[in-house]
Amino acid sequence: MIKKTRALSAIGALVLAATPALADPVDATLILNEETEMVTRTAAPDHLSDTLDEVMSGWLFRGTETRAMQADDFDNPGMIFVEQAMDTWDTVEGTEDKSCASCHESPDTMAGVRAVYPKWNEAAGEVRTLEMQINDCRENRMGAEKWKYTGGTMQNMVALISSVSRGLPVNVAIDGPVQSTWEKGKELYYTRNGQLELSCANCHEDNYGNMIRADHLSQGQINGFPVYRLKNTKLNAVHARFKGCIRDTRAETYSPGSEEFIALELYVASRGNGLSVEGPSIRN
Amino acid sequence: MRKSILAAMALALSAGGSAAGEIAPSQVKFEDGAVATSLTGVPGDAAEGRKIVGSKKLGNCVACHVVSEQAEVPFQGEIGPPLDGAGDRWSEAELRGIVANAKMMFEGSMMPSFYKTEGFIRPGKAYTGKAADDTFGPLLTAQQIENVVAYLGTLKE
Ligand code: HEC
Ligand code: HEC
Repeated sequence: MIKKTRALSAIGALVLAATPALADPVDATLILNEETEMVTRTAAPDHLSDTLDEVMSGWLFRGTETRAMQADDFDNPGMIFVEQAMDTWDTVEGTEDKSCASCHESPDTMAGVRAVYPKWNEAAGEVRTLEMQINDCRENRMGAEKWKYTGGTMQNMVALISSVSRGLPVNVAIDGPVQSTWEKGKELYYTRNGQLELSCANCHEDNYGNMIRADHLSQGQINGFPVYRLKNTKLNAVHARFKGCIRDTRAETYSPGSEEFIALELYVASRGNGLSVEGPSIRN
Repeated sequence: MRKSILAAMALALSAGGSAAGEIAPSQVKFEDGAVATSLTGVPGDAAEGRKIVGSKKLGNCVACHVVSEQAEVPFQGEIGPPLDGAGDRWSEAELRGIVANAKMMFEGSMMPSFYKTEGFIRPGKAYTGKAADDTFGPLLTAQQIENVVAYLGTLKE
């Protein structure tokens, strides 16, 4: 039996070698608005050195037209939602008569923020995603209602805050007070969920570059979130993507905003440390 | 307590859907990854097996494997080796074992286990994202496995 397994891996190796480079990530450079050169592939962060040499943006795995749409803000439908969020930014709401602008002036003051989230909040003693921080501001500083985690208004705002960090390297901390959450996220990443018994790693670590049915598997990075998907023509949240991928393993999913997805987001974000923030990006 | 365990077992059995004369998923005997005995005693129908392999709704084997003979099926995946010639490389018993539970033949394989009902982490109700309920059963029925095995046996180079 062992012999057979070996023979099979030999077949596998041959097949891999013979596969045309068609399915590989493209050799291309993303230059945003003809001025900002984005890092779409770079050396893997140290914590991945046993598994990956390079980390790559999902942009490299998409088709020519989809890639082009993301290179120019006038062609990027995600930017329409960013504009909507600019209006929301200045809208006074809640019992405190405040808007985002009351405390933060212009959205430009948010440059660098997306790149380090999820991150530890000392006062609250918790790991916070950007969505959680936004809702904390709404509830506790504005006296306004929380937004739905994966809803349009929230994701528009996440897109606006991401957009002013585009080109900066993702740089989430993985040690200190966040370490136990990070470990939990890592465990989830390698858990083979559902009736199909597939982990994130099965698809996005062992098989990126390969086709699974009509889909070209990427490394499942989140540096481009929220993503505008041509398939549903709206901005998609990180946790909505996680939910979809877990559902596709015929598993019971976790909920957006759950402890599990917060941990998974921290871990997956850290796998992209060094890649440029790209959100809002375009995917199919 | 005892009663509820019994009830749960009865449910599991009915959900497994094993008809009389069929070997239930938990009763399948693997030897070196192969399964010698037919799961149903009814010969497999290769034409039905062909449909199962190529259909997204059934086996969806082409999500991961190329089957050149089914050229009409678009978007064949490249996660596993092409199935071309599988009938030359493997015996019927080995093919039955691989399709029923590939992890018995290839340790840690990414290939899903098509005739298994236990031992999953957070099993769901098909692709709804909700928890599995009493409709939970193996990915393919015993006869569907036999049909797929019959079809794979026809794949000769
Ligand atoms: C059965 C295969 C499969 C599994 C298992 C899987 N995914 Fe995915 N995932 C896909 C496919 C297909 C896509 C769309 C193509 C792509 O970007 O890889 C995708 C896309 C993604 C994306 C979007 C990437 C981008 O650039 O837009 C993220 C993020 C992601 N997956 C994360 C995960 C995480 C985290 C897990 C585990 C909880 C997971 N996936 C499990 C198949 C899978
Ligand atoms: C999610 C991916 C996936 C799916 C779906 C899948 N397989 Fe596989 N299969 C694999 C992988 C990977 C291997 C290689 C064995 C290994 O090393 O794990 C394999 C190996 C095999 C082999 C032995 C390889 C050979 O020499 O030809 C057969 C036969 C096979 N699969 C049949 C099937 C059939 C039939 C189905 C559907 C009922 C199916 N597979 C569905 C991933 C998959």
